[in-house]
Amino acid sequence: MKKSKMILSVLLAGTMVLGLAGCGSPSKSTSDNASDSKTSDSSDGDTFKIGGIGPTTGGAAVYGQAVKNAAELAVNEINEAGGINGKQVELNFQDDEHDAEKAVNAYNTLKDWGMQALLGTVTSTPCVAVANEAYADNMFLLSPSGSAVECVQYDNAFRVCFSDPNQGLASAQYIGENKLASKVAVIYDSSDVYSSGIYEKFAEEAKNQDFEIVAAEAFTADNNKDFSTQIQKAKDAGADLVFLPIYYTEASLILDQAKKSGYDTKFFGCDGLDGILSVENFDTSLTEGVMLLTPFAADAEDEATQKFVSEYKEKYGDTPNQFAADAYDGMYAIKAAFEAENVTPDMSISDICEAAKKGITSITVDGLTGGEEGITWTADGEPNKSPKAVIITDGAYKAM
Amino acid sequence: MSFLSYLINGISLGSVYAIIALGYTMVYGIAKMLNFAHGDVIMIGSFVVFITTSATGMNPLLAVLLSVVVCTILGMVIERLAYKPLRGASPLAVLITAIGVSYFLQNIALLLFGANPKSFTSVVKIPALNLAGGKLIISGETIVTIVTCIVIMIVLTMFMKTKPGQAMLAVSEDKGAAQLMGVNVNKTISLTFAIGSGLAAIAGVLLCSAYPSLTPYTGSMPGIKAFVAAVFGGIGSIPGALLGGVILGVIEILSKAYISSQLSDAIVFGVLIIVLLVKPTGILGKKINEKV
Repeated sequence: MKKSKMILSVLLAGTMVLGLAGCGSPSKSTSDNASDSKTSDSSDGDTFKIGGIGPTTGGAAVYGQAVKNAAELAVNEINEAGGINGKQVELNFQDDEHDAEKAVNAYNTLKDWGMQALLGTVTSTPCVAVANEAYADNMFLLSPSGSAVECVQYDNAFRVCFSDPNQGLASAQYIGENKLASKVAVIYDSSDVYSSGIYEKFAEEAKNQDFEIVAAEAFTADNNKDFSTQIQKAKDAGADLVFLPIYYTEASLILDQAKKSGYDTKFFGCDGLDGILSVENFDTSLTEGVMLLTPFAADAEDEATQKFVSEYKEKYGDTPNQFAADAYDGMYAIKAAFEAENVTPDMSISDICEAAKKGITSITVDGLTGGEEGITWTADGEPNKSPKAVIITDGAYKAM
Repeated sequence: MSFLSYLINGISLGSVYAIIALGYTMVYGIAKMLNFAHGDVIMIGSFVVFITTSATGMNPLLAVLLSVVVCTILGMVIERLAYKPLRGASPLAVLITAIGVSYFLQNIALLLFGANPKSFTSVVKIPALNLAGGKLIISGETIVTIVTCIVIMIVLTMFMKTKPGQAMLAVSEDKGAAQLMGVNVNKTISLTFAIGSGLAAIAGVLLCSAYPSLTPYTGSMPGIKAFVAAVFGGIGSIPGALLGGVILGVIEILSKAYISSQLSDAIVFGVLIIVLLVKPTGILGKKINEKV
């Protein structure tokens, strides 16, 4: 008995030491990296090393996978066409499971690898954490889909997607201008920056529009299974449209519970709903008629979209969503920005960032999500482009 | 009418908490330990049903039975490997081990099934009850959950009158004395884990039928809420688990409905603190005088 106790305590002490070492390593690697990054930059000047971070597993895995696949697709195309400024591009994509702490760990892993610019992160909360780190290193950051305001609060950070307030504003205007409803209920996640960010702007803009918010119901990350109460309140308030500025995992539960409680209404969401059609074993007939605002529709007629969709399907066996399109555009935006300022891989991380910052504000990327005018960027990191609304019919997106 | 609907939803949610809480309360009452891995046994049980019904197309009822068997064995194995060697150790060591088992199960599931959420097909095929001209709709899941909860309570109460049940009561009152009277303590504790884990499988199926999103972390939050329910009703008391679970569910739903959907957890835990201040052993908990 004594002996086994001793072994146990030694084991426990061992794990504690390991744990401590784990905690210490990020800060250690930062200082290590600062000293050896210059040498690795100048010696290894043949390829651009672009890092990617996003949830390839976990509750938001659909987004991370899409971004990873589309970024790979874009990098392969760019390399085949001769690379950026004649140099090949290498992509290293790390998983963060939609977790801020893991995203920072992934960022440090990528820095050790020699990353020179970051395409990421995919989701908002981790992106805010990584943006802080990237700002400290003056690393160029282009998030395909991190939509929270804070994602691009520093001047080294840009994004391809719309910001949360922008989505809230556009949703309210779309619902108002197209007279989709007169009474609107909102169900949002008050513990998530993405969701509450959209909701706040939506509520503000709703005052200027021809509809009324009759119920605004929140839930939190610890309380995201039972939505019967929120649905009942929306039903009692007589809402003829429910606005869901949330991610698809919870949305799939809400659609299911709304059906069970016999509440037949319209649902309208933002880009977070994108992915709902690929939940394993999910009855997609529940999504019939759900509308969402997204800058990309896979059934669009233009040549670039069709080519992208067919190549993506062939390679990954799946219809690309908006996140894939954002990532694809993001990679080409990096290319265009680098080319505009003649960035070469032997420049230091900070010099690349300064050049790319200047480059990105001068370019226009036609892209998949740019609509007719293309995408341009302002120095505050926000893109200029026009949103599209789609409606789910027979398990696929149709432009509205 | 909407009040009735909230109340029924609350009772339904509370019934799931109650069935999970039974597992906590029985194990605590008899082995005097908090089995924090209980919530994860629920998750494993749900995955067994998900895999068998979606991959092999097994009859849902058979799948539930299989899941009960798997969870019963799993519960006994966990007890045998992780908790039995620590029977004489301090309660803290057992508690830490239980948390370890909980993480172990979560990560095994993460490895086996991945972290992508899976949509669980409800095993309940009963149509919803439509009352008062569509104003009050009670889903089939709700009916089955409440009925199952009541049936389990009756069966368990009857079981407590049988010989193994009496042995459990004896062990829960005084392990040493029970052993002297010829009760096999180890076997009794093993049986408790078996029953608790079998119930966890049923709770898992009901939970996932009502809220059809299944991930390796599905069991953890309901597990914690059910633990609260067990403490609320008086940990160690079987009727207490039922009462605690239902009250918890109803408070949660009603505070969401009438006070604030954001504050419902704060209100639930606030009520718990007040109850424990007034009655430290929980609503139906027995006060045990320590002899000095």
